[in-house]
Amino acid sequence: MGKVVLVTGAARHLGGRFVRRIQRDPEVERVVAVDAVEPGHPLGAAEFVRADIRRPAIAKVLAEHEVDTVVHLDVTGTALGAGGRTSVKETNVIGTMQLLGACQKSPRVARLVVKSSTTVYGSAPRDPAVFTETTPAKSLPSGGFAKDAVEVEGYVRGFARRRPDVAVCVLRFANILGPRVDSPLTEYLSLPVMPTVLGYDPRLQFVHEDDVIDVLDLSAREPRRGSLNCGTFNVAGDGVLLLSQCARRLGRPTVPVLLPAVTWVGTALRTVGLTDFAPEQIRLLTHGRVVSTTQMREVLGFLPRYSTAGAFADFAASRGPGLLPPETLAGAVDRLAGRVAPGARPVASGTVPSPPTPSDDGS
Amino acid sequence: MADAKVIPFDDDRSRARRRPGRAEEPSGSGTGGPAAVRALPGAREVPEEARTEASGAEAPEAPEAPEDGGAGAGPGRAAWERRLAGGLAFLRRRVTGEYEVDEFGYDAELTDQVLMSMLRPLYEKYFRVEVKGVENIPEKGGALIVANHSGTLPLDGLMMQVAVHDHHPAGRHLRLLAADLVFVLPVVNELARKAGHTLACAEDAERLLRAGEVVGVMPEGFKGIGKPFSERYKLQRFGRGGFVSTALRAGVPIVPCSIVGAEEIYPMIGNAKTLARLLGLPYVPVTPTFPWLGPLGMLPLPTKWTIQFGEPIPTDSYPPEAAEDPMLMFNLTDQVREQIQHTLYKLLVQRRSVFF
Repeated sequence: MGKVVLVTGAARHLGGRFVRRIQRDPEVERVVAVDAVEPGHPLGAAEFVRADIRRPAIAKVLAEHEVDTVVHLDVTGTALGAGGRTSVKETNVIGTMQLLGACQKSPRVARLVVKSSTTVYGSAPRDPAVFTETTPAKSLPSGGFAKDAVEVEGYVRGFARRRPDVAVCVLRFANILGPRVDSPLTEYLSLPVMPTVLGYDPRLQFVHEDDVIDVLDLSAREPRRGSLNCGTFNVAGDGVLLLSQCARRLGRPTVPVLLPAVTWVGTALRTVGLTDFAPEQIRLLTHGRVVSTTQMREVLGFLPRYSTAGAFADFAASRGPGLLPPETLAGAVDRLAGRVAPGARPVASGTVPSPPTPSDDGS
Repeated sequence: MADAKVIPFDDDRSRARRRPGRAEEPSGSGTGGPAAVRALPGAREVPEEARTEASGAEAPEAPEAPEDGGAGAGPGRAAWERRLAGGLAFLRRRVTGEYEVDEFGYDAELTDQVLMSMLRPLYEKYFRVEVKGVENIPEKGGALIVANHSGTLPLDGLMMQVAVHDHHPAGRHLRLLAADLVFVLPVVNELARKAGHTLACAEDAERLLRAGEVVGVMPEGFKGIGKPFSERYKLQRFGRGGFVSTALRAGVPIVPCSIVGAEEIYPMIGNAKTLARLLGLPYVPVTPTFPWLGPLGMLPLPTKWTIQFGEPIPTDSYPPEAAEDPMLMFNLTDQVREQIQHTLYKLLVQRRSVFF
């Protein structure tokens, strides 16, 4: 008797990918994909159930299909299609409450995986440089998706307390990047000219969408020998990129703006509909956020294939070249080197150790 | 307000009004020659290029800058070309973003090539820092350097960083723990992170020490750096001694460090408390020259400095649970404090004058 997996948020890109992926698992008998809207992508052999997780009807779906593993991916920052922030918040918070309520009623449910985000740590100058899973946030997020994530995690903790027999895994993802990921951050990184906060160079961490699917797959199964897949885990690629580095690697010029003005620019851009520049986004782009992934490696036993730089390189390759492509700038410097010091030209590219280049496309 | 912000690892290094550029000019113009002979490849040209690099697009303008530097270097065209090529390779990596920073935001390359070169004239020519006992810092593995703090602006921490960087035989890098104020201020926080500094909190300190880094802390914090001139060289309370328990947990030795000379750079004869409260700063110094002479008053006095690293105090003989023993923590804190104070007095007796 195989497992029956229910996946919420199946109409989204990540949800769809995960639904297609989990079907290939031989242990899985059926996959039930749930979302409030019809997905635009194929879901393979999965059974799509159009249900709104904000309604109690979700309990019926759980009972009808005899679901034993629930993968809750419908915790997101952006609305799918129409619908503003209010409906997103409702889906995140009320949806999670309903889903957890339904899980609590269903005796068959044995495993719950919840997609959360490292935004739960907030971003403040008085925070330690690296967050571990147990670091309390100095400044709790005041609103937006970050606050939703905090609330969702609160409900999940409550559920875990009431149903100790269910293995609960909360995955806190760093900024998810990938060729087809749509998030406020990818929108921001796609701007032709990137506004930055004057005098701040935040540290950023990315996780590739392929790794997201892999780690979800890992936590939805029985734990591998010597690993434990219930608990809370930060998920991020190795290494750190500064925003200035990101801009240079993308080849996009930056415009430093004074912090108060950034808020206005953000509001203006949001009004025009260019980008969803939420206050939490501005905080991230001011103070940055780095999490420790020791638990992910040692307890969960997951080793991401993409480093932060690797995930970023894959993302950068999927976007068109910027106004100042790094190749052009490098070529200009090389030409300059050829003109100014022709004899020394080989030194410029030869003896200098450049570790980032190979690790970039590798990993 | 300043008291409320005190945290165990307290080292306030508001580098806001640090003036590496300005301080560099008086000495820099006269020292082009000696600086050019220094072993560090490309150290002279790099700052010029790094500035153009900030805007990214100005690569075509760069040829003039290296050529100027080259004309002064004179002997050994090949050596000059090699340095120039090194500088250009550096520039190439910077404009394409192909360099690495660690999880604290420490940009080792930028620190070595640019930030240290900017501080070096201040260190060598202006304060003429004399370093003693740098071999007391272990060759490898973690160590916690505990130093006194003074001088209104945290120049002493920066000079200590240059001292370790330039004089330690194993070329170790000092990772300083800085007050939260540093990470609130724009520009300052960016430079501090890139220079390898991080917030003075037990988590960050322990993480760095466990990674085998040399960590510098100034436990006096604002109390030390913002004390009036009349109390110079009198060590203030060492926070709550959190640095000792962190060192104990990480099992690293504590290296006491005494800095003489920093006390007199800005003799603080008064404190504009109301203004400080308005600006949200721990203190606003009034010195014989500041604010009376305006920006000129912000020039530090060219005192002669001595930085003495003392005998390391091992902590690995204590069991891990000793970190929970407050009495032991107080005793160890006092021991470190006494040793620094003692060395300070000894150095003061040996000193010929404040300026020479």
